[in-house]
Amino acid sequence: MENLRFHFSGGQRRIDTARLVGVVGSGNLEVLIEQHALGGGCEIEISTAAHGFGPIWEAVMRDFHQRWQLADVRVSINDMGATPAVVSLRLDQAVESVTGEPA
Amino acid sequence: MNWQDVAKALFPQGHRITEQDNFLSGEAQVGGQTVTVIGTTDHTPIGVDIALAQATVILNTVREHPGRAIVILVDTQGQRLKRRDEMLGINSYMAHLGKCVELARRSGHRIVGLVYDQALSGGFITSGLIADACYALPDATIRVMGLPAMARITKVPLERLEELAQDNPVFAPGAENYLRMGGVAAIWRENLAACMEQALAQAEPVDRRAELGLERGGRKLARPVAVAVRTGTALQRDA
Amino acid sequence: MSSYQEATARQRIAGMCDAGSFTEFLPPHLRVVSPHLHQLDAPVSFDDGVVVGSGTVNGRRVFIAAQEGGFMGGAVGEVHGAKLVGMLQRAVDERVEAVLLLLETGGVRLHEANAGLIAVSEVMRAVLDTRAAGIPVIALVGGSNGCFGGMGIVARCTNGVVMSEESRLAMSGPEVIETAGGVEEFDARDRALVWRVTGGKHRFLTGDAQAVVADDIDAFRDAALQLADAARTEGTPLTLEALEAEQRMLTSRLQRFGELEDPLEIWEGLGVERPQDVPLLEIDAFRELAERHREGAKP
Repeated sequence: MENLRFHFSGGQRRIDTARLVGVVGSGNLEVLIEQHALGGGCEIEISTAAHGFGPIWEAVMRDFHQRWQLADVRVSINDMGATPAVVSLRLDQAVESVTGEPA
Repeated sequence: MNWQDVAKALFPQGHRITEQDNFLSGEAQVGGQTVTVIGTTDHTPIGVDIALAQATVILNTVREHPGRAIVILVDTQGQRLKRRDEMLGINSYMAHLGKCVELARRSGHRIVGLVYDQALSGGFITSGLIADACYALPDATIRVMGLPAMARITKVPLERLEELAQDNPVFAPGAENYLRMGGVAAIWRENLAACMEQALAQAEPVDRRAELGLERGGRKLARPVAVAVRTGTALQRDA
Repeated sequence: MSSYQEATARQRIAGMCDAGSFTEFLPPHLRVVSPHLHQLDAPVSFDDGVVVGSGTVNGRRVFIAAQEGGFMGGAVGEVHGAKLVGMLQRAVDERVEAVLLLLETGGVRLHEANAGLIAVSEVMRAVLDTRAAGIPVIALVGGSNGCFGGMGIVARCTNGVVMSEESRLAMSGPEVIETAGGVEEFDARDRALVWRVTGGKHRFLTGDAQAVVADDIDAFRDAALQLADAARTEGTPLTLEALEAEQRMLTSRLQRFGELEDPLEIWEGLGVERPQDVPLLEIDAFRELAERHREGAKP
């Protein structure tokens, strides 16, 4: 498994609960999103079965932060080879599950 | 190991155990008491026929011999792998056996299992593992599955599994590992008759295997997780 | 209509329980993951593939567990099994009205080998303890992975099994049997054969499933509650009488059908006039036919 971690700042949208979406199956991933004191930052930690895709993960996460601007939020991912499109979808589903609103 | 030799060592006061098609059944004397004995030999697979035969003996014991202890002698290569057995519902026959043993337990019968040679997977679940406590001889092989089949199904390289099977309790097939994980209460190295008598005397109807696994360090999460879920408290991990 | 089979474990629970009533025990943000998967470089899941908790179902207070078939085939590892055990024990402490086990699993998680085997055995003991305390335990088998291995045994230790025709209940999977005995023994790619041997219709006809329903969460819920009610009325603990009846059923099954090759012959032996039609029948028509011919004994 490869482990990656990203940290973003400058967000404002906070959440008040924790939620899990997705399933750790082939081509899929689970996303755990929860409130976490991070000085306003958003931290994303990824454990992935697919090795060597760091730059792609970074790009997807940047887009994600741009879209949602989360603050004091930790996102944890267990991934089993999902495509970037599926990763983005699952991330959005995770946020929507705690905020109740689409992007 | 030869079942007759094991029986002789376990029951020096005498036994009337017979074998038919690798199915053992009968009675034996332990500490002056008669006990029911069921079991298998020759690493036989457990199919619907043997499961039903064993269950029949258990129910007979409950019906006709209140309070009589039951000994299960285990030597099996696991569940029978035949279309016929699946068609007939081997899982139901095994469940039936397990429920009969459970009924015996609830009716006050003490039940002790002994793996004297092999115990695999499904063949073990409703024999040794459903007893009040399961014991093993030192050279017993206890495992879930052969490594090549496991490698095929998990897609983990065989070499990696073989490596882990050397010393990792989760994968290694010996009785020692099941002891550490709490699945086996103790290993009987000598004085089998005394061990059996003591085991029957100590048998209790509560499943203590998760506690044993924690105590012995082989399974550090089973007990704490069950407690945390049961009581709604924070998980207490072993330091 | 909401497909049970297509739903994830969490979706099944949400679909079964009254809106907003479900509270998860040891929720995923606590990250209680498998301690063994890392050494095989396998991914973990924050709920270790099983969701357990309390909720109301049609107003009844129940505990409910759902295995996630998408993670490791729903197979049971150390943490997964312990969550089930803890929930079953808590059900007795809190005297809930029923425990619903939404099983979708290959059985013992091979990646955790010995720990998984002992875990399944502990779940089995816990199910029987919960029954003994007067709490009905009902198994729902409706996922595409079916319910196999040691958990196939556990399913038949409950007070009742609800299946859909799409699902399967057995011990060893067809591939395992084919590997052991060759394709003549069991052609695992013959889907019609696989479903004749292990599918919901066959199990209902032979008495191994006590209810068979459409692939619909509402239908599963209703059938599960019915079985729970029946169990409460009859008494949930094992009795000598019930096990003797089961033994008669299993003995008769073996005597009558033990030499047959195909389940079609069993269905014919049960009195079904056109057994070849069974796989084609819609669920309601099938159930009506089956009620006239099926075996049934209290589990």
